[in-house]
Amino acid sequence: MQKARYTLTAIAIHWGMALLLITLFVVGLYMHELKFSPFKLQVYAWHKWAGVTAFILVMLRLAWRLKHRPPALPWTMSKMTKLGAQIGHGMLYFLMIAIPLSGWLMSSAKGFQTVYFGVLPIPDLLSKDKALGDLLETTHMVLNYSMAAILVGHIGAAIKHHLVDKDDVLRRMLPWRAR
Amino acid sequence: MNIKVWSSVIGGLMLAAGAQAAEYTSIQSDKSSLHFVYKQMGVPVDGSFKKFNTQLAFDPAKLANAKVDFELNLASIDAGSDEANDEVASKSWFNTKVYPKATFASTAVKQLAANRYEVSGKMTIKGHTQTITAPFTFTPQGNSAKVDGSFVLKRSEFAIGEGVWADFGTVANEIQINFHFLANASK
Repeated sequence: MQKARYTLTAIAIHWGMALLLITLFVVGLYMHELKFSPFKLQVYAWHKWAGVTAFILVMLRLAWRLKHRPPALPWTMSKMTKLGAQIGHGMLYFLMIAIPLSGWLMSSAKGFQTVYFGVLPIPDLLSKDKALGDLLETTHMVLNYSMAAILVGHIGAAIKHHLVDKDDVLRRMLPWRAR
Repeated sequence: MNIKVWSSVIGGLMLAAGAQAAEYTSIQSDKSSLHFVYKQMGVPVDGSFKKFNTQLAFDPAKLANAKVDFELNLASIDAGSDEANDEVASKSWFNTKVYPKATFASTAVKQLAANRYEVSGKMTIKGHTQTITAPFTFTPQGNSAKVDGSFVLKRSEFAIGEGVWADFGTVANEIQINFHFLANASK
């Protein structure tokens, strides 16, 4: 019997987003520590453009995901573990939406509009407000660290499935095993 | 309409005409502001200056004698963020330690239309002097007048933003300056 797999599309979306989001996270940490310079302003602009792109891609991904159910979890998993996996994945989706939104709102509150690729101005929902800007900066950071923590759990779970449970959960998401 | 109302209307018109001919000699600083907009990576960012002194002699009926001297305290800048405020005080921007003030001294004022004028003069920033021309509207209101105008200043002409900042790719050359003053007529 053919084992349940992710489609090539699902695999491409998963790893593409992983690469984009991890890069955004690392660039975000890095740019914050930079000394004020034209390069810093450029990196901030790139980060914001990439963040808007990630948000658009997450929306497309969600739309696609609603019509394409993933393969079922292995029957060997307990009800609680399945529930845990569902909550974890739900949190990842939530954060993929909330993080770019918090970044956009933070920028607005700090008085720096987001202009996509320096060309397309994205309207400000908030007007400049220093206290609110600082609060949203903290929010953006906390959401990101939450994402990092859940990602550690996500990777840990995949490795556990592979090494301890010896099931197909990790392998079915690997591109070289897809077909 | 009775005579009382008519006389107050005529009196009011005469007062207005009187205000029109008055000479304006001071700027009410708490009702005046100096804002600017610059583009950073394509993003318009607002800024302002909090402290400036103005010496004014402006009579719309005697433009040949009109004179405005403007002195701007560069340390009072708000360039949009704390980081930017520290940066613009540095040597490559305003070098505020050596050049704490920017000045403007008018050389001519001419009328463009009713209540519309144009002032030209010498702007000095960071040891560089350039001729600047700015159109403005002048709207008398009782004993004072609203002055609104704007012009574009090219930062490269005053060496504002040197070295790594000299390239316009990150911070554009054109800085839009918007001024709103409330001028008071001499009593």
